Amino acid sequence: MINKESRLVDNLLDKSKLEMLATRVGYGKGLVEAGEKDPRVVVLCADLTESTHSHWFAEKFPERFIEMGVAEQNMALVASGMANYGKIPFISSYATFSPGRNNEQIRTNICLNNVPVKVAGSHAGISVGPDGATHQALEDIALMRVIPKMVVVVPCDAVEAQKATVAVAFNGSPSYIRLAREKSPVFTTKETPFEIGKAEIFRSLASGESRSKASGNSCAIIGCGMLLYNALVAAEELSKEGIECMVINSHTVKPIDEEIIIYAAKEAGAIVTVEEHQVNGGLGSAVAEVLSKNYPVPQEYIGMQDRFGESGNSDELIKAFGMDVGSIKEAVKKAIARKK
Amino acid sequence: MSQYISEEKTQELEIKANEARQLLIEMLTVAGSGHTAGPLGMADIFTAMYFHVLNHDPKNPEWEERDRLILSNGHITPIRYVMMAMSGYFPLEELKTLRKFGTRLQGHPERERLPGVETTSGPLGSGLGQAAGIAYASRMDKKKVRTYCLMSDGEQDAGATWESAMFIGKNKLNNLTAVIDRNNIQIDGMTENVMPLESLKAKYEAFNWNVLEVDGHNIEQFVDAIEEAKAIYEKPTVIIAHTIPGKGIKEIEFDYKWHGIPPKPEEAKKFLSELRTLGGKIVSEHQ
Repeated sequence: MINKESRLVDNLLDKSKLEMLATRVGYGKGLVEAGEKDPRVVVLCADLTESTHSHWFAEKFPERFIEMGVAEQNMALVASGMANYGKIPFISSYATFSPGRNNEQIRTNICLNNVPVKVAGSHAGISVGPDGATHQALEDIALMRVIPKMVVVVPCDAVEAQKATVAVAFNGSPSYIRLAREKSPVFTTKETPFEIGKAEIFRSLASGESRSKASGNSCAIIGCGMLLYNALVAAEELSKEGIECMVINSHTVKPIDEEIIIYAAKEAGAIVTVEEHQVNGGLGSAVAEVLSKNYPVPQEYIGMQDRFGESGNSDELIKAFGMDVGSIKEAVKKAIARKK
Repeated sequence: MSQYISEEKTQELEIKANEARQLLIEMLTVAGSGHTAGPLGMADIFTAMYFHVLNHDPKNPEWEERDRLILSNGHITPIRYVMMAMSGYFPLEELKTLRKFGTRLQGHPERERLPGVETTSGPLGSGLGQAAGIAYASRMDKKKVRTYCLMSDGEQDAGATWESAMFIGKNKLNNLTAVIDRNNIQIDGMTENVMPLESLKAKYEAFNWNVLEVDGHNIEQFVDAIEEAKAIYEKPTVIIAHTIPGKGIKEIEFDYKWHGIPPKPEEAKKFLSELRTLGGKIVSEHQ
């Protein structure tokens, strides 16, 4: 059942009634909000100002917006210098270029240097669609979460993206925020709790349905990004088949909320991770690292299975690469079947 | 005759640069690894920076109004450490910890470990962009901070250097002065064989920079160029400083093999004697 404390929208499962917005839109709003709160906030963009929705900030605070041209390495370096001086710089581009192309500058000049630059990678995931594999960033979570000091946040909808943008602005750390191009359902609200490093249970096992009492017919789905909505739909459909699923929004991939993952493993006895990213090195790997050290249970991985994407529309690609509602349901059944 | 620095001051700095070279040889020998040629070649410029040009306070390295010295080619950091110790950032004794486990004097400098180094550096092509960010931010805040970026010639191979050069030229960051250590060597050999750079002057001019060229061992010329750059408001300035790698020790001068190795103790003895006697011109009291 939906966790009431998570304050999700009413009519959650009726997609036709939900507002559709891309997470990059929430980022654009978050930039303006952070900019209003603090004059130290500056935004740098590599020739993708409208596309990353940095243009609202640029219009409102032109003196604090810097056009960098197609030069992501220099963008990371200039931001590093500005943060070193005392500013709070956001750098906006597509995730394949930033943190893709400028990975070394992010590692050495932002993270080892320990200056609070905020890297925003838009157009992450397979849902980028028709642009094809060159522009579908599927490795960025792995690239960022392996670097010491880097915080990694993957918002599940536009409302959460706005909160995440403001939160990383003031966390004092190098941070990565991952954004999507495609519109997706807005299912959280302003009241939904959001704290960096703290995962939220969106759907819990009904009381008395924990592993011991439900004869093992339960699973926890841990996800991040827009696919979390598919996870909630899958959980609802599975419930009708007598399978109960917990759904956890692990928006912060690093530092990951170990406590809630261990709790989910103990309660549900099986885990499915869901992300629009390579299964190697992303959220699924982060969850597996926690479980293998603390409380190993069967785990299945929804994500890109070590391959590149291709052109197509978003829904087509999500389905073709096994990240749709049906695929999540199958993965849940598989994970449960593996319980001893 | 310079209008910016007296003859007496110049002579004082030349003596300091010689002392710095001695400390450098001693610290590298104790460390047993590190770069020798580049730091020796930049000893005169670093001495001019730390004891004449920079507006800084060694007792208060985080002072907001300080000039920023960004060392892009972090591998020549030993000469910066020597300067910092000589000017009072930390005790001279600490120089002997270079590259040892637990030291603040890392093989390549780290901002988090040692206040005053400004940026973590070493990977080439990354200093100019950071200097640009500092210069841009301080201009936004209308501060009279000046940012200096010291670079090697080898790192002019790097694409990021030119991204940064383009950005600085576009934004006319005249509160930034870059200095290129034009010593013509890099790890794999002579720069013009590895990847030809000339004409460096024409390249920077095409990127909307003011370009000055000096003898990097002539402190008076260098100081004049630094002051001239401050008077130019329309453009950023880069000073191409022609230097001799290994300057001050004949056996090391011009030899690219000395890029990344330290002297052995026996060699160090000979080199220190050469420095103390100014190449045999004076008889040392120690002989």
